[in-house]
Amino acid sequence: MRSLHLRHFKSGLVVISMIIATIIVLLPLCFIFVNIIKMGLSSLSPEFFTSIPKPPDESGGGVANGLVGSGIMLVISSLIGLPIGILGAVYLSEHRHGTFASFIRFCADVLAGVPSIITGMVAYVLVVVPFKSFSAIAGSVALALIMIPIVLRTAEEQLKMVPDTLREASLALGVPHWRTSLKVILKSAMGGVITGILLSVARIAGETAPLLFTALGNQFWNWKLMQPMAALPLQIFNFAISPYDGWHKLAWGGALVLVIIMFSINLAAKSFGRR
Amino acid sequence: MTPKVQIENLSVHFSKTEAVKSVNMDVDENSVTAIIGPSGCGKSTLLRSINRMHDLVSGAKVSGKVLLDGESIYEKNVDPVLIRRKIGMVFQKPNPFPAMSIYDNVVAGYKLNNRIKKREADEIVESCLKRVALWDEVKDRLKTSAMDLSGGQQQRLCIARTIAIQPEVILMDEPCSALDPIATYKIEELIDELQERYTIIIVTHNMQQAARVSDITAFMYLGEMVECGPTSKIFTTPENKQTEDYITGRFG
Ligand SMILES: Nc1ncnc2c1ncn2[C@@H]1O[C@H](COP(=O)(O)OP(=O)(O)OP(=O)(O)O)[C@@H](O)[C@H]1O
Ligand SMILES: [Mg+2]
Repeated sequence: MRSLHLRHFKSGLVVISMIIATIIVLLPLCFIFVNIIKMGLSSLSPEFFTSIPKPPDESGGGVANGLVGSGIMLVISSLIGLPIGILGAVYLSEHRHGTFASFIRFCADVLAGVPSIITGMVAYVLVVVPFKSFSAIAGSVALALIMIPIVLRTAEEQLKMVPDTLREASLALGVPHWRTSLKVILKSAMGGVITGILLSVARIAGETAPLLFTALGNQFWNWKLMQPMAALPLQIFNFAISPYDGWHKLAWGGALVLVIIMFSINLAAKSFGRR
Repeated sequence: MTPKVQIENLSVHFSKTEAVKSVNMDVDENSVTAIIGPSGCGKSTLLRSINRMHDLVSGAKVSGKVLLDGESIYEKNVDPVLIRRKIGMVFQKPNPFPAMSIYDNVVAGYKLNNRIKKREADEIVESCLKRVALWDEVKDRLKTSAMDLSGGQQQRLCIARTIAIQPEVILMDEPCSALDPIATYKIEELIDELQERYTIIIVTHNMQQAARVSDITAFMYLGEMVECGPTSKIFTTPENKQTEDYITGRFG
């Protein structure tokens, strides 16, 4: 009997400590959310989404150029990163035990672990220096470098889960290997692959460091891809470290928008993963 | 007349194990050949070497020859893709493409290769589904998912998909092992009909099935082809003691 009591007691203790641990994990998240909503909500207005930042001594202004710039760079980095990441993943899942495949896997893991500021420096050397200008392209290259390993590894995991019987069914119908990989294997894994893509987009959407000396940021509208371009995370960073109250307000608003974007992308990713 | 398929001195190695050991076998056109033998004796391995399915298995090494109409299929200049269009395969577990409709599954061989017109596809779907006796059961829901079909219907769909690309030889690896007796009976009937147009090689664990559907029976044991001959003879007066023990159920 004693030991039974003891066991109940221990079990209760474990349950309580798990609940406490959960709360400790959730607390910062709630704190961030509440704070950002409280501080950011008042900055959101039509003007916030339609106009560019104003000089610090004027009130109002918005982050329209940063939103558009971020959008443009996300599209370009996806155009670079997704084909490489997805086709690479197809290669890895088709050559599971090859030495070249393990080498690529190792490189991808290293790349994923590189601090993003260093990725930015690499893009600086690769794009900014030869073209002698900070540019949207340079920023996109830096973001793509962050995106590739994430897409590569998540997509590979999804592709590996497609049963071999499907591959064999297709091959036995006289469908070439590469067509089988793309039209049968990749297609059946598409739900999971899209989840991976969305998560990688969410990840790079908030990256600031790799853009510091690549896209650089811009106070004005710029549509030229080889010129410095504004980006939302950069604006948040620059406004937040500035000494002006008006800009602080913009930073909070930007932070709220960014969090909402991330939240929606993550939700979308979840719903895709479930299908 | 040269046999449709000739297997000469065929061996298959998986890294260390030798799964098939110098097998020789001739298969005549429009015949049904059954391969029987205890589990793990190399039946599937032998069957899969006939349409080069081992090509993509890392560690598998095939030596010896397989001839289709007298031409060796393992030569360097032979495209395995073309071989597989001539030698179709039906697998143990029904494996329709889950993301495709019933209709698309039948013409999958064409769709995945990007070449079919709507009219042609309609004709192929109807005639192939009729030949596997599935048409009446599914004609009103061709656009629904193939996964909604029963196991037996799925397997008949897989056979339809295979004959849709008009192969000359059909390999079947225990096509009924996941099916109930009625579905099995339907497939056996189908094999009888298919025999008029195709050469069929079927692996089966079911002795009665081998006796019912095949003209020739081959008995394998531990990777070797122990005995191969007319089905009636193998089942009544086998020459080899091991064959006799196996078919009378004394081992395996
Ligand atoms: N991909 C593979 N890699 C390594 N060994 C394999 C592989 N496929 C088959 N083998 C081995 O080859 C031998 C023959 O296997 P096979 O699948 O041909 O047997 P089987 O006669 O079809 O058996 P069953 O009746 O159970 O299907 C077995 O010992 C098996 O372990
Ligand atoms: Mg087998």
